[in-house]
Amino acid sequence: MIKIEELTKYYDNVCAVDKISFEIKKGEILGLLGPNGAGKTTTLRILTCYMQPTSGNVSFENFNIYDNSLEIKKMVGYLPESAPIYPDMLVYDYLNFVADVRGVEKTGKEKQIKELADLCGINEVMHKPVIELSKGYKQRVGLAHAMMNNPEILVLDEPTSGLDPNQIIDIRNIIREIGKKRTVIFSTHILSEAEATCDRIIIINKGKIVADGSTEQLKEKNSSDYLIHISLLNAEFNDIKKSLNDISEIKDVVLKSTKDKIVDFNILCKTKNDIRSEIYKKIKNTDSIILEFHTESRTLETIFRELTRES
Amino acid sequence: MKNSLNICVREFKSYFTSPIAYIVISIFLIITGWFFFATFFLYNQAELRNFFELLPITFSFMIPAITMKLFSEEINTGSYELLYTMPVTNLDVVLGKFFAVFAFLIVMLLPTISYAVFVSFLGELDYGPVIGGYIGAVLMGASFAAIGLFASSLTRNQIIAFIIGMTFCRILTLIDKMLFFLPGKVLNIFQYLGADFHFQNISKGIVDSRDLIYFISVSFVMLYATDLIINENK
Repeated sequence: MIKIEELTKYYDNVCAVDKISFEIKKGEILGLLGPNGAGKTTTLRILTCYMQPTSGNVSFENFNIYDNSLEIKKMVGYLPESAPIYPDMLVYDYLNFVADVRGVEKTGKEKQIKELADLCGINEVMHKPVIELSKGYKQRVGLAHAMMNNPEILVLDEPTSGLDPNQIIDIRNIIREIGKKRTVIFSTHILSEAEATCDRIIIINKGKIVADGSTEQLKEKNSSDYLIHISLLNAEFNDIKKSLNDISEIKDVVLKSTKDKIVDFNILCKTKNDIRSEIYKKIKNTDSIILEFHTESRTLETIFRELTRES
Repeated sequence: MKNSLNICVREFKSYFTSPIAYIVISIFLIITGWFFFATFFLYNQAELRNFFELLPITFSFMIPAITMKLFSEEINTGSYELLYTMPVTNLDVVLGKFFAVFAFLIVMLLPTISYAVFVSFLGELDYGPVIGGYIGAVLMGASFAAIGLFASSLTRNQIIAFIIGMTFCRILTLIDKMLFFLPGKVLNIFQYLGADFHFQNISKGIVDSRDLIYFISVSFVMLYATDLIINENK
């Protein structure tokens, strides 16, 4: 549905987005991840026709951002970071204005505003000026702004930044609710959020795509080796290490701590094959008692850190 | 084009939901009223010439004060981004904001009609210069509004926008008086470029096409320049 080709954006001599290409399917919830300054906001601003790229193209079905920006703006609802709504307007007046600009029919206007107020939970602040709202409410008004006149595509830039945990969960539920019917693209640097809400994740670093896929695919792809954590009672680390040396799949055995006769250590494996049974057999021959024995699953967090770490 | 009306209405209302409108209108009325009535009884003539003579000076600092927030504030708070990602064109925004100021200007001038009514009770008022004066005031106000709008699109800082706008309007108002030392023929050219000269022509009650074209072209050029600046910033 949305096709991004070789998108590049320079701010003076600084490259913010560097030849990014990807496609977004209809009905997908796409999370754009990356550290601060990775180029997420710039990409979203180009998608929403707020900025023009230095080179490259974005097309929405038959429309492209250079010639059909007005049509694209009609299709896309956008919530910029921190929802910069006119501070001196009442929430109701603001939504009314947005409804007019987005071309909501006069007859259905009241109904639409009411529906959005219900969905976003802003009924009690409708007659307050925006400047008096808390961050969470402001963000919700921003969401209502973005969803006015039911755009097919929603673009949300860090919709949960600066909110408290309850508000984050509320906003996430709203996003998932909207995502059932529409294409949603949102950027975030909160990984659990992306994991909880997205069908697909794209990780950007320094203006380049470093990973693209569902959470499972990303974990799969980036786990060439894995860790086994073991905790033993009444054991001598060096003896254990020696006995484990026979297993060829083991890359290394690393001691984590020894305390009150309890030895904690990690086994780094070379392959994806499960070698836990072999390890168990080795340990069974000794006098040690197994207290803990599990594989450490790699989280999105570790993948993210590896892909975006400064080298 | 419908959206430019929506934007115009929003901007116009926003003047009256904040104290700006009330402060600007009262100060305008106090200044013009003071200077008009301070000398009115001395001259002992039933005319509004005094009122209109001072108008270019008053406008050249009142109008940039009204227009300074139009783009600067939006750029500064970021609401600009929300506005421009809605289905609006550059032209919608520029014209919407321009006509909001234009409407404000008319509201600001309306109470001064009471001066004319008052004077007409005191003596024979010649309506030609009064009508001409108001036409001139509206046209000059429009071109100053376009200048102020342009100044506001240049910067995110409202004070800078105000100073640029005011300086520009002042130069247009005072250019012929500032260059009094130039030889007559050269001075005539500068006089023609000045807003005051054209305004005083119209306020004599002679609505000449040259003066109309002057004000309309200043407005047009400045609005076009604003449009270019906004495009450039994308």
